[in-house]
Amino acid sequence: MKPSISRKGFIVANVLILSLLSLITAYPILYVLFASLSNPADFMAHQGLLLKPAGFSLEAYKLVLENRMITGGYLNTIIIVVSGVTINLFMTSLGAYFLSCKDVLWRNTIMMIIVFTMFFSGGLVPYYLTVKSLHLDNTLLALIIPTAVNTFNLILMRTSFMNMPEEIVESSTLDGASHLTILFKIFLPLSLPVVAVMVLFYGVGHWNAWFNAMLFIRDRDLYPLQLVLRDILVQNNTEAMLVGSDSFDKGLVAETIKYAVIIVATIPILTLYPFLQKYFVKGMMIGALKG
Amino acid sequence: MSVHVRETMRSKVRKDWLKNYSLYLIVLPVLLYYIIFHYLPIYGAIIAFKDYVPTKGIWGSPWVGLKHFQEFFDSYYFWRILKNTLVISLTSLVFGFPAPIILALLINEVKSRFFSRFVQTVTYMPHFISLVVVCGLIIDFTRDTGIVNSIIGPFGGDKVTMLNNPDYFVPIYVSSEIWQEIGWGSIIYLAAMGSIDPRQYEAATIDGAGRWKQTLHVTLPGIASTIIILLILKIGGILSVGYEKIILLYNPAIYESSDVISTYVFRKGLQEFGWSFSSAVGLFNSVINFTLLVGANWLSKKINQSSLW
Repeated sequence: MKPSISRKGFIVANVLILSLLSLITAYPILYVLFASLSNPADFMAHQGLLLKPAGFSLEAYKLVLENRMITGGYLNTIIIVVSGVTINLFMTSLGAYFLSCKDVLWRNTIMMIIVFTMFFSGGLVPYYLTVKSLHLDNTLLALIIPTAVNTFNLILMRTSFMNMPEEIVESSTLDGASHLTILFKIFLPLSLPVVAVMVLFYGVGHWNAWFNAMLFIRDRDLYPLQLVLRDILVQNNTEAMLVGSDSFDKGLVAETIKYAVIIVATIPILTLYPFLQKYFVKGMMIGALKG
Repeated sequence: MSVHVRETMRSKVRKDWLKNYSLYLIVLPVLLYYIIFHYLPIYGAIIAFKDYVPTKGIWGSPWVGLKHFQEFFDSYYFWRILKNTLVISLTSLVFGFPAPIILALLINEVKSRFFSRFVQTVTYMPHFISLVVVCGLIIDFTRDTGIVNSIIGPFGGDKVTMLNNPDYFVPIYVSSEIWQEIGWGSIIYLAAMGSIDPRQYEAATIDGAGRWKQTLHVTLPGIASTIIILLILKIGGILSVGYEKIILLYNPAIYESSDVISTYVFRKGLQEFGWSFSSAVGLFNSVINFTLLVGANWLSKKINQSSLW
């Protein structure tokens, strides 16, 4: 059967629309990349879209990497991501394992207690007071413990555990393996795709989080990267960035430095997610369609 | 009889505990987490009915009944933030909800696997960029000297910092949200399309249905239940426009169009220390959200048996 003319027309239009959408999606990031590599004076003189860097200079990157606030924020964020994701994975597997077990009397009750929190919350102020009353404020723990389990991720992992063949549990129990052994020695190694999705979701969540840090962290030395970024990008506070810059006119470098900061802060995730794409697409499928 | 029932219940609990106590120990940390970080704040929400004084604690502070709710309903801000919340969430529902469905339908028609992968990878990207960066870019691009102004400049119009004009806030908010989430939102629909039985398409082709007819009569019905579930969730969240993005974007000059319930709670509670008052506003919001969700779910169950629970 030959495709009709209108069918051909549609195919061409479809490709055009999707290409245009991809361009609109990607261009802002390309613009930031070009701007960050531009010579500040040329960049300031330039009007409109950039199709390549205006001039070329790595000065902005040099200043970003020498800046103690940025490097300190980077380090704090790495600490938060590594310890946070470890705790997330541990807690989420415990919960998912329990909720995937059959013949447990209170399982559905506990499931309801957990799912209810997705739809009803006490609100921002009581949450703030709770974290404060536990004396977690102004410590990095305030950014790790209160977000130890994400209910959506928990359900996703539970669904994956429920698909485990029952014989595995039965035969391991006969061999005298405890539940913890089954969970960490058998279930987790057998569900690496889901673990990868968890690492990505939780990791990105911690990497990009800023609100809890704004609420609970007062000490500038404890600022995670996103809070430093907020000072620079949203509150337009670039002065702190320019300490130690003599070679360029300070006002000019401030223009391109913003873009270099964005690239430095975003590159780790943008290079990571395409490799995990096939896992998280699958993960979203089991989590969303059956959950 | 009832004594007998209680007996069997008790022995059931006992037997379950003896058999499964190690499982309960496993779930204990998770349960504690939910109690401390989700249920304690729900309990703490009773300060909405009190005049909370930090030194007296939640329980020791005096009861004041519905005073704070009364004050909120009577205030000028009540109508403003209710209107803004509804405008923002209805606009993003009308434009933002269909967008990923349309994208998924278009991607589904692409024959080349490479091109389809490429479009998906690119459109997922903004989902992974932090809100701080996205909002920083929005602020930068819409400044009077920003890139948006320099593009539309030649077509007339004054160069203005768009985020200082209340009329521009909602379009900027909604369009940037679609930019960030359209690709991510399409994953679930693509997954639903992938699980449609190919024989349905074969049958439709034999019946002489073209691609358009197939989309209408096979693809759309195949993803209808997914659409409905997500719509229920959206409707349940219609009064919960998040504060994070708005706090990053707004400024006092545009409060009249950008201040929503959650940002109002944030300002009143955590910046002006009106603990009890803002808890009352937050609780009002939570209760309405929950009611809307239950209502939407009930309605959908009535109409076509799709529901969350």
